[in-house]
Amino acid sequence: MSTRQVRVTINGREYTGEVEPRKLLTDFLRDDLGLTGTHVGCEHGVCGACTILFNGEPVRSCLLFAVQAHGADLKTVEGIAPNATELDPLQEKFWELHGLQCGFCTPGILLTAEALLKEIPNPSEVEIREWLSGNLCRCTGYQNIVTAIQEAAKTLSERRT
Amino acid sequence: MKPAKFAYYDPTTLDEALGLMGQFGDQARPLAGGQSLVPLMNFRLIRPAHLIDLNGVGELSYLRADDGTLRIGAITRQRELERSAEVAEGWPLLREAAAFIGHIQIRNRGTVGGSLAHAFPSAELPVAMVTLDASMVLRSTGNQRTVRAADFFLSFMTTVLEPGELLAEISVPPLPVNAGGSYQEVSRRHGDFALAGAAAVLALDANGAIRHARLTLTGTTPIRAGQAEKFLLGQRPSEELFRDAARRATENLEQDSDIHASAEYRRDACAALARRALAQAAVRAVERIKGTPQ
Repeated sequence: MSTRQVRVTINGREYTGEVEPRKLLTDFLRDDLGLTGTHVGCEHGVCGACTILFNGEPVRSCLLFAVQAHGADLKTVEGIAPNATELDPLQEKFWELHGLQCGFCTPGILLTAEALLKEIPNPSEVEIREWLSGNLCRCTGYQNIVTAIQEAAKTLSERRT
Repeated sequence: MKPAKFAYYDPTTLDEALGLMGQFGDQARPLAGGQSLVPLMNFRLIRPAHLIDLNGVGELSYLRADDGTLRIGAITRQRELERSAEVAEGWPLLREAAAFIGHIQIRNRGTVGGSLAHAFPSAELPVAMVTLDASMVLRSTGNQRTVRAADFFLSFMTTVLEPGELLAEISVPPLPVNAGGSYQEVSRRHGDFALAGAAAVLALDANGAIRHARLTLTGTTPIRAGQAEKFLLGQRPSEELFRDAARRATENLEQDSDIHASAEYRRDACAALARRALAQAAVRAVERIKGTPQ
């Protein structure tokens, strides 16, 4: 079995691993590196639970092979909070406004939302829903997710001024 | 839900990639954005022995307008097409079609060439490229040929690409002077596969009559509605005219029935979308004329 070395930066920290080329990036993150915050849902690019940031852009990590991440800069849900005791404004608002129930889709949604707020700091509801269309949530009906993202956008823009 | 084993190659030049494609022939699959190929591999619907990853071939990633012609490197991400100011200005139909592909998370990885070579019936870019009369540049070691988009798609998920050959570039000519275009589609949920789609380009003469018309509908491969296009020529845009043209374009249209929609529904939806696409293209053609100094 031929393997390849992967060196990748995740949440600002460097990781290396030895993988078979067919290993999906999701499985590399979870099984090899122990970063189990990234969830595995459908494994064919439909649900968005495994969404991570790949060089800053939200992508499905189940549709990438770990070897393709060699040299890339990734961000997973573990990298969102500024430290072990504080939450990021997005996490804070999801918690406060019931933006989650079972929480399975939440890691992917948080990363999509983070990329959205970086590109469009004050998104309209239509824009939020457009971005969220790539992440399935079967509990909340999305309403509180949309509200949480709107409120987080306010907090972040207040911080900037 | 895990792919079968394969040998992995990550060439960094087109020559190297073509060499590998030639060496392994029909045992090889090129990997572009992987947004369709990897699901098929995860389901083990396909098990390529050799996977040639094109993502490191930087010379296949570009988007630029040369003398009015848009040149798109095959591995250019769909999201780049959507974000490009040049595309929005010169080929708004293409931008509209790109925005219908899956979701932002998919378009961040999915490539222009990958979607075209995959040739899925409900895909947006094949319909858009046929309507825009684009050309595909196909490369293999020591060989290059150019195929018009209308001749590129053969049948369900099948193109003229031969083993050992890669789609390298898509070139999109400028629209006729004072032309407007439009892409329309309908799906069950935002971002789902299209149940039906239509794209149109119209150009008007100085008297406001239609002097150039193109209309394409989704099908097993993109379907140019030649008869309806001829019918439109020389006539003045009106709702009734577009309704009539849409009816002519779809009365014998072959569509499939499946769990998502009946063939009859798809035919009706194609007619409604064709009418809307023609109407919007006409409005935009008029805007072009008004916006251009005479």
